[in-house]
Amino acid sequence: MAQVTPTDGRPATSKEVGRRARVAPRVASLPPSGIREFFDLVQTMDDVISLGVGEPDFRTPWHVCDEIIDSLERGRTAYTSNQGIIELRTAISGYLQRLYGVEYDPNSEVLVTNGVSEGIDIAMRATLCPGDSVLVPEPCFVSYSACAWLAGGEAIPVPTRIENGFRLRREDLEAAVRPNTRSLMLGYPSNPTGAVMTRAEMGEVAQFVLDHDLLVYSDEIYDRLVYDGHQHVCFATLPGMRERTILLNGFSKAFAMTGLRVGYTCAPADLTEAMCRIHQYAAMCCSTSSQIGAAEALAHGEGEVQRMVADYDQRRRLLVGALKDMGLDCFEPQGAFYTFPSIRSTGLTSREFASRLLEEERVAVVPGTAFGPCGEGHVRACYATSRENLRLAVDRIRRFIDRLH
Amino acid sequence: MADRANLKVDIARILEADCRLSPDEIGRMLAVPADVVAREIAEMEASGAIVRYSARINWDKLDGPERVFAFIGVQATPEREVGFDGIARRLVHFPEVHSLYLISGAQDFDVVLQGSSMRDIAHFVARRLAVIPGVRSTATQFVLQTYKRDGDVLMDAEKPDRLSVTP
Ligand SMILES: Cc1ncc(COP(=O)(O)O)c(C=O)c1O
Repeated sequence: MAQVTPTDGRPATSKEVGRRARVAPRVASLPPSGIREFFDLVQTMDDVISLGVGEPDFRTPWHVCDEIIDSLERGRTAYTSNQGIIELRTAISGYLQRLYGVEYDPNSEVLVTNGVSEGIDIAMRATLCPGDSVLVPEPCFVSYSACAWLAGGEAIPVPTRIENGFRLRREDLEAAVRPNTRSLMLGYPSNPTGAVMTRAEMGEVAQFVLDHDLLVYSDEIYDRLVYDGHQHVCFATLPGMRERTILLNGFSKAFAMTGLRVGYTCAPADLTEAMCRIHQYAAMCCSTSSQIGAAEALAHGEGEVQRMVADYDQRRRLLVGALKDMGLDCFEPQGAFYTFPSIRSTGLTSREFASRLLEEERVAVVPGTAFGPCGEGHVRACYATSRENLRLAVDRIRRFIDRLH
Repeated sequence: MADRANLKVDIARILEADCRLSPDEIGRMLAVPADVVAREIAEMEASGAIVRYSARINWDKLDGPERVFAFIGVQATPEREVGFDGIARRLVHFPEVHSLYLISGAQDFDVVLQGSSMRDIAHFVARRLAVIPGVRSTATQFVLQTYKRDGDVLMDAEKPDRLSVTP
């Protein structure tokens, strides 16, 4: 991207000042987010029923807000320690111990971050060297490859497919791994597919990790949102994995706290210390109010989590059932709050399907390609919206598909 | 699969939130066949577990006739054999009695009255309630504003904004 100062007498625009490119090539070469593009399109329209969100439709549990309000009244608005308030780190450690039996020392192995988003970023920056590659199973959350790239590394996509229930198989990993591969990104339960992995399947992945001497970033932000009796497998509990895993989790999804921006990393002390070194300079600490809210969520939020999960489960069945009735090949999601139906039978590409559905019926779903090229032929529809909205959306999608045939 | 032992409870919870859902939809939500749901509902109707189906109305949003609510704390003397039930039986069938509770504490009953005006309610207290044998005192508290009723927030709190497409 060559930039020159104009010589034709026009006033210089800000992009043209100076003789060198102002934006770093690594940033300039990041492809635009497919989600962002679609969001801009949706923004131009009224009356859209959106199944395009990636966040809970529940309000943050009020006891959490109440605790935050109280803390503000007491003036608790100063910086916290870089790692986060010790009450929260201790609560996180206890919570993971209760849920999965995994032990992390709150003093040296837990770091509170500005959402899992920051966790992904600092985990990769702390561990990747220029030229390293990261295996990234796709379709997946949009940040993984971008963060790997910004950290100086490179993502190697590992496609997963509907035929295999979007599960990650060892043979797919073996086909993708390279000599420069440093680490593996895991994101189960999966956004956008809703796929989960069993302990046996994760065991295969763990063996692969050992054989290739890799590190693992395990984004388990949807760990509590699992259905049909599925038990979430915390990757660090697999033999040999705790030492190699940076566990990433947060409060956005299970506790309906997206805008409060609290997440955490759990990892062996050396990795935690490395991540904290970046975090202390780039972020200082997570919002004090939000940390207080998060500690309250862990202390008293379990009932609300279960109530929300039960509700998502019912809506999941409604949406999956309706999509199947329309003749769409819809994989049965067992986690998160997304469905990822195949729209191949319509003959449209993901983008065409999503844009036409939006224009003709005012329903927003996200093209599968926003989550990686192998998302082609799918769209992501989120069921974290009211039953009334789901019912309306389903009627409109049905009408749209009937018209195509 | 829903836990069959709690199926009635699960169905009742769903209906309590939205009684317009069909057995088919409820069946889907619980992964149970629609005819099973229909049968469970019929049984709950027959046993009186489902009392009736109705809509929650925020009357402040309607230009209908005025409705006034009052809570009446009643102190009463229990009767031999029936305790407080005798007084309750005298009260429950009045259409003005919206709800009736036996409560602990300084009062014995909490009577929720519904009328078309304060006078209406004052009248009912004086003519019907205070004169029941065994009623020793009444304390009338008129409702000035309803913020929340039966779990529904009736304040005009604005809906939190959500972006329409996010990762
Ligand atoms: C898989 C996944 N990881 C991470 C995030 C980011 O979460 P946070 O709000 O904690 O930054 C999301 C949000 O959509 C997500 O879906």
